[in-house]
Parts: sequence; structure tokens; C-alpha cells
Amino acid sequence: MDLFEYQARDMFEAHGVPVLPAEVVTDPAEAAAVAERVGAASGGVVVVKAQVKTGGRGKAGGVKLARSPQEATEAAEQILGMDIKGHTVGTVMIAQGARIAEEYYVSLLLDRANRTLLAMCSKEGGVEIEQLAVERPEALARVPVDPLVGIDAATAAEIVQQAGFTTDQDAIADVLQQLWKVYEAEDATLVEVNPLVKTEDGAILALDGKVSLDDNADFRHPDRAELVDAASADPLEAKAKEKGLNYVKLDGNVGIIGNGAGLVMSTLDVVAYAGEDLGEVDGVLARPANFLDIGGGASAEVMADGLDVILGDEQVRSVFVNVFGGITSCDAVANGIVQALEMLGDKETKPLVVRLDGNNVEEGRRILTEAGHPLVTLADTMDGAARKAAELAVTTNS
Amino acid sequence: MAIFLDSDSKVIVQGMTGSEGRKHTQRMLRSGTSIVGGVTPGKGGQTVDFEDGVQVPVFGSVAEAVEATGADVTVIFVPAKFTKGAVVEAVDAGIPLAVVITEGVPVKDTAELYTYAAQAGTTRLVGPNCPGLISPGQSNAGIIPADITKAGPIGLVSKSGTLTYQMMFELRDVGFTSCVGIGGDPVIGTTHIDCLKAFEEDPDTLAIVMIGEIGGDAEERAADYIREHVTKPVVGYVAGFTAPEGKTMGHAGAIVSGSSGTAEAKKEALEAAGVRVGKTPSQTAELLHEIVRGLQG
Repeated sequence: MDLFEYQARDMFEAHGVPVLPAEVVTDPAEAAAVAERVGAASGGVVVVKAQVKTGGRGKAGGVKLARSPQEATEAAEQILGMDIKGHTVGTVMIAQGARIAEEYYVSLLLDRANRTLLAMCSKEGGVEIEQLAVERPEALARVPVDPLVGIDAATAAEIVQQAGFTTDQDAIADVLQQLWKVYEAEDATLVEVNPLVKTEDGAILALDGKVSLDDNADFRHPDRAELVDAASADPLEAKAKEKGLNYVKLDGNVGIIGNGAGLVMSTLDVVAYAGEDLGEVDGVLARPANFLDIGGGASAEVMADGLDVILGDEQVRSVFVNVFGGITSCDAVANGIVQALEMLGDKETKPLVVRLDGNNVEEGRRILTEAGHPLVTLADTMDGAARKAAELAVTTNS
Repeated sequence: MAIFLDSDSKVIVQGMTGSEGRKHTQRMLRSGTSIVGGVTPGKGGQTVDFEDGVQVPVFGSVAEAVEATGADVTVIFVPAKFTKGAVVEAVDAGIPLAVVITEGVPVKDTAELYTYAAQAGTTRLVGPNCPGLISPGQSNAGIIPADITKAGPIGLVSKSGTLTYQMMFELRDVGFTSCVGIGGDPVIGTTHIDCLKAFEEDPDTLAIVMIGEIGGDAEERAADYIREHVTKPVVGYVAGFTAPEGKTMGHAGAIVSGSSGTAEAKKEALEAAGVRVGKTPSQTAELLHEIVRGLQG
């Protein structure tokens, strides 16, 4: 899960990373009072910043300097509701203004390729770091961090030295050790400060930050649900999550249910190819509508929940159930489908193409054949089933 | 021959007394695996009964199990919150192969346990979040169904469990030396490259299937390795061409970030290294059938 800037800021503050006073508002009417509070020590100067989980908000006009509570209100009015790369701004953060002398960059992240952690640090912050890494790699220090040790004093000093700092070494090393605390205590996969600034009066401050958290570690953080951005979640994804389903909404018209993440991803691809082969029919192109992995179980309840979510997607015109019975036997899956269709009753109105293979497949196919549900078509192969589901998606009247 | 696991392997199961551990121990026994013990802290001295009168002893620690049985493989089914501790225990006992089936392990724990195992240098890790590995007709360490296929000349390495089963099924008439499910987490123990190297060295493996998916750059690095070091024919498959940017597709590691980790880039890298990449699992299997016919012809 990626956090909003203000959530990252609060996490930084909790672990001792130096940040400026800031508060969030969702209503412009609250902006003046907040600006007065957080701007008290900066002559009333504050920065109003759109809270969106995407880059480029500055260019889009989502960050504005305000010199008075009145200006802060106006800025909040302009920014709230703004669309930034498809994200609607629902919250702004109002932060104390700072006089920036220099901008740096620091981050700590999981290095998948080397199966370790990587600290990155540069004297040239405030820019797109991917761009800096490509254009001037020598300006970006990259120091591997042993996950069993973390950023201790010696590692922090090494990072600062490699980045070429000749002043403020201790203060920046302190920030690095505090970022390690955030990483470790919060089960993060990325903590980034960009920019880390030196103000005109010499203070080192984290002015903007990014934190990504590991969902697998939620069991260690029972309060994490509060950080979830429910407002911007897709309603179907939210419904699926409530039912414990692993679902991602896409933009097509062939609903997909399968078992195992790899097989489901593959199913989406195969449906997309089938759609391309068919081409547009009456302006409709068959494309996968979603990712849904029902895992090993595939009980009637899980199948019914999955179908219920998929049929709630108005774009869906056909459904492809693709199951390879590894541990699960196909007869259990077939019974699950039959019972799910009974449970859904009249709610099930879209044609269903089912492909079963693997453990006890003959029995599974027999069960579906005998049930003879008018909406269900059995297919022998995954490619053939994808083709059938794609055809139904472009020919079904809906 | 096979890689990492063969008929001489003596397997213990950490978490054998739990429901998943017990169920899969029974399945491994049915497929001929030599299961010599289970490990559950606090339950040492008990035995667990399986079909056909088989009784498997339970030990309180991996070290005790290794001492008593000479086990050289452990399959780990313990819950995610205990997985790091279980692997550390296996590494401390010096067991050569630890197969971590558990899914949902925090990546911080995996980075730590991987580093711990790498620094100890005694234990190969497979997983976490993987189906394990099977050398058909010899041994099965994990949850891969043993009855899909038979022994044969193909080596298979895959990030995905069900795609492993699908490919074993498509190529069931040919058969496999070993099939290794390496898992789809961001950090894993054994990689595509480790398996490619082992299959290249295994005289019974004549051709290799490599299955990848979006996220990270393991497939790209495997492609570089193949170009330099692999002389046997390799066929590839990559899942996730239609995955949107920034969304995790089931596996914690399956995510396209910006322009990195795309299926297209992986396919191109593999093809540039001379690997034939199938568009669908069936077409991938057909490419391999062609190669096998060529080898036999």
C-alpha cells in the first residue's frame, strides 16, 4: 500500500525524522484556521499541497504558496476537487513554509534483484530521481544495506560520504538512521524523502516523502486499516476485498475467474489475444474485465461470491471460469459452480464458459453436463474456452 | 537424475501436525516421498498416523530431527508469522534444502531469512509462497500434484504454481526430470538462474521450460544467463501482458512499476537470448513438443 504524503509525514514524525508542522483539511472552510496555526512560526506563510498518490502534482497546479489565511483558503478552494492524472483531490495538506537553501534526496528500499535493501542518497534532490539515476548516475550514491543490520551509525556515515556531503554529515546521517527506524518498525518496502532540504537557517528537514507498506505484514500492524484510502477505492474492488477475494478491476467485458495468480494472469492474456483475433464486432472488442484468483478452495461460496462481484460489473458480457484442479478436484469445482448458480438464481444472466482440467476432470465435466444449466458452456481447452468467451462477449445482447 | 531432490532425499515437514502440513504430508507419502519426520515445537516424541499404517515421528526441533533421521530436505508449512523462525532453525541445523510453502510472509522477514541463509552458506531455500518441487517418480517436496505427469527429459522452473501444473499437464506425454516452483514473492530463495544452471548440468534434462510473470527483472537476468551459459534448448512463457501498471496481480511480486517489470520487456529479453517464447501455455507446450520431436528424430 502506498501512503499519502501526509500519512508518510506523520510516520516520519513518529520516528524522529525532522518535519515541518502540517495538518490536513478536506473543506476549504477549515483552511484559514489551520494556516494560522501551522504558519505561526513562518510569518503566516504556508504551502497548500494536494494529497494524491501520483507524481507531477506541482506541474498540475496542486501545490500553492499562501502568505495569509485568506490566501490559504483560496488555494484550498482551487486545489480541492482538482483532477490530477485521474486522481480527484479530496484532501490538502497545509504545511508551514520554509526558506530552502539546498535540496537533497534520500531513500531506503527493497532491492528485489539483489535480495537486500538499498539506500540511495544524492546532493541533488527535488528532481525526478529516476531521471537523475539515468542522466547522472555518479550523482546518486547507491549503498547496499544488510537487512540483518539495517542502517547503523557506520552505514549511515558511509552513505553520506559516498553521496559526497562535505557539510551537515551528522544531521543527514541521523535522518538516514531515523528512516531505517520507519522502514523497520512500519514494515515498509520504500521510504523516500524528496526533497530533504537545508533551510536558510541551517535546519535539515524532510519536506516531502513517500512510504510504501508491505500488505503481508498487516498482521503486525492492527491499526493499519485506518491508512486505507476507502474513498478512492473501486467499489467492485472494495466489495471483493470485503469477501476476501483477490480481485483487480480492469476495463474489458469478459469476466475472469481462475485459480492461482499465474494462471489467472495467463487467462487474461489469452482472452485478450482471442479478442484481437476476432476483432471488433459492432464496435465491441472482447477484453478481460478483471483479475480474480479464487485460490485453491473454489467452494460454492467462494464461486458464488466471485460470480456476484463479476456480475456486478456492468461492462461484463460473458464470464470465463478457468480452473486447473491441482490439489482441488474438478468435481468439487463443478459442484461449486452448480451451487453458486443456484444461490445466484435470477441474478446470473451472463453466459458462462467453463474450462476444467486436472484432478478428477471427467467427474467435474459430468456434473456440469448433467446440470445442463442453459447459460453454461463447457470447453475442452483454455485457448478454445477463451475464444468462446470472447465470441460471447461481442455477440451477446446486453 | 534430477535437480535438488531425488529418490535418496530424506524429507522432514515443519508444521506436519497442522491441518495443511498433515494433508500434504499424506500426499507426499502417496507419491513415494521418503518422509522421515515432522517438526513441531513442544510435540517432540509424538507420532502421526498416515494411510497404510505409516507412522511418522514428530521432533521438537529441526536439529533433533536431523540428528535422528539424517534428513536433508525440510518442507515448511508453518504460518507466516512463524516462518522466519522456522527457516532460521532449519539453517542453524545445516539442512541442505528448505522449501518454504507458506504464503503471505512479510518481505522484510524474507529478506532477513534469505540473508541469514546466504551468510550461513549451508542451505538452499526454495520459496516462500511456492508449491515446492517435484522430481516425478522419485520425490515430491511440497504441494505439486504428483499424478499429473511422469519422469522424462524436461526441466521446468516457474514463478507460478497453477501454471506449473498446467504446463506439466500439457507436456504429460513427455515427462520431467524436475519441476521447481520458485514462487512469486518479491524476494525468493532459489531463482530461475539457479534452476537453469542445475538443469544445464543435469545429464538427464534435455530441454527446459521457464515460466515467468510480470514484476522485477528476474526473467531479464535469466535471459542474460541463458545467452552466456545454457546450451540446452529453452522455451519460455511470460504471464501478465494485460496487467495494468501499479496493480498487484495476486502474487506480491507481480506488479508493473512505471515501465519496469512488464511482460513485453521480459519476452523481448528472452527472445533476444534465443529463447522461443509461447503466446499461450498451449503454444509454449507445442514449441517444446517440436523440440522433443527434433531431439528424438
